[in-house]
Amino acid sequence: MALVEVRDLCVEFGSVERPVQAVSHVDLTIENGEIVGIAGESGSGKTTLCAALIHALPRTARVSGEVTFDNRSILTMSPRELRKLRGREISMILQNPMTSLDPLFTIGNQMGEVLSARGTAARALRAREIELLRSVHLTAPEARLRQYPHELSGGMRQRILIAMASATAPKLLLADEPTTALDATIQEEILVLFREIRDRFGTAIAIVTHDLGVIRRICDRVIIMYAGRIVEEGPVEEIFGAPRHPYTRALLASIPVLDDDRVVIQAIPGQVPNLAELGNFCPFAQRCPMVIDRCRGESPPANLSAARHRTFCWRAGEAA
Amino acid sequence: MTAEVRAKPPGATVRWPRWRARGEADFPVVAAICCALLAVAALFGPLLAPYAKDAVDLSASLSPPFWQAGGSTKHLLGTDQLGRDILSRLIAGARVSLATATAAVAISGLFGVIAGLVAGYIGGVLEAVVMRLVDAFLSLPFILLALALVATLGSGFGNIILVMVIANWARYARLVRSEVIGIKQRDYVTLARIAGVGPIRIMLRHVLPNALNSVVVLAILDVGRAIILESSLSFLGVGIQPPDVSWGLMLADGRTFLGFAWWLTTLPGLAIVIAVLCFNSLGRWLRIRLDPRGQL
Repeated sequence: MALVEVRDLCVEFGSVERPVQAVSHVDLTIENGEIVGIAGESGSGKTTLCAALIHALPRTARVSGEVTFDNRSILTMSPRELRKLRGREISMILQNPMTSLDPLFTIGNQMGEVLSARGTAARALRAREIELLRSVHLTAPEARLRQYPHELSGGMRQRILIAMASATAPKLLLADEPTTALDATIQEEILVLFREIRDRFGTAIAIVTHDLGVIRRICDRVIIMYAGRIVEEGPVEEIFGAPRHPYTRALLASIPVLDDDRVVIQAIPGQVPNLAELGNFCPFAQRCPMVIDRCRGESPPANLSAARHRTFCWRAGEAA
Repeated sequence: MTAEVRAKPPGATVRWPRWRARGEADFPVVAAICCALLAVAALFGPLLAPYAKDAVDLSASLSPPFWQAGGSTKHLLGTDQLGRDILSRLIAGARVSLATATAAVAISGLFGVIAGLVAGYIGGVLEAVVMRLVDAFLSLPFILLALALVATLGSGFGNIILVMVIANWARYARLVRSEVIGIKQRDYVTLARIAGVGPIRIMLRHVLPNALNSVVVLAILDVGRAIILESSLSFLGVGIQPPDVSWGLMLADGRTFLGFAWWLTTLPGLAIVIAVLCFNSLGRWLRIRLDPRGQL
């Protein structure tokens, strides 16, 4: 069985009479040791989906469906069981390394807090901290332990956060926009770190991002989300090589191309639909160049082509 | 963005004195010295005062301060109607005023911080209940409350402090809650929660220390406020009772002689003003130092 299985997950916000479905009828699986990219534009529900995976949704959210992690149901777990799971078997990295460390304590102090909570003996603490910092290729780890977060650059902080997140060799690492706040050269180094962690511990990594370049460089599989739904899902080579959903195609076409000193951007016409007004039909219908009447009447079912390549489109079978 | 470095035209440069960093508040030296002196007076009062606070010398009753005709250096700041030395009584009063003020601030701060921390972090019904309680306490008329409490419980140090705690804790709760609501959404708190750290540990380890700056500022400012509260209570006769002495009590005692013995009321009044002023300017400086964006 897969490490993570999500069945018919819906997350609703707002009033019961006029709910807004941030995540709508999502099915997905994540295998052990797999790097999965979850892509989509702002408001497509990717962060909400991520939060649902560890049951860290805001209190106002209404959730239905099923999320299992390692054969245990996440959504019905008691807070105590959840606490045991988090930080041991599931870790998380957030977007902004500048605000992810407490400004009042040294790096060594904060790493020590995490490690001793996980049962590292006080005497072994320092050696383990240094070892962890080495594992993320930080120079002068002894000196770093005595420094405060404001003394370090964003890239260094993200490395430290990755070191802390991987300290327990988790089975799943969730990374919410892990490279968005970093500049391009640092991005590459951080992505290398993710691959190293996967190879060393067999950790499955889910990377949430709107940067398709990141996904192409590091992920095995990609999930494209639009307006709270999965529109296409499959191996990276297939999605980037032969996208089948019109939205995926438009998304790939919108990556800026440098052509004769002119940057060409192919924008997607129209706007992301208001989630509160979406009915039971294809969410991309309003903006789709290939739209037919059926798209506005019924939600498209999964259309399976090659191994594990799913497309939610009525016209997926047709040639582009 | 285009980076354009332009030389400033001569004469347009603002010169700052060398000892003063740009934009920073000056350390209130005078206020700090006054506060230190008050603290010394409060701590070592009996050793410093020339007389005991209730040493009666009827032959020298109502003698004015030394610089005025009829005054003598025997009693530097004069005496009251019973010939008690004003300077000694001011020093003794400093101990009472400061002790009640700091105790009241410390206890109300403790209660308020705990209430605000828990309410802000846990949220929900608990928060609503605590914050409505805060609203209720903040709308109590202080003097009336004090009169009623002393009438039922009797006066005494403990009860005076109790009255001040009832009047003050809610302000801490309100401040801390608003800070906590901001802090609990910061990424390091989210990460700690996702890392499986329990709520109590997060509150004590990450939320409280980050909220403490503004509490310290409010507490310092509140010492001044508490001195005034205590003086008002004593003035009304529901605070410190004789034979103990406080500045407010001296003020009340001297009222009847206002017409011909100004020093009985003016000097303790001046002591209150100076003490409050010093604590306030110290608090103002701390606020600027600890809180560059000035959110208080």
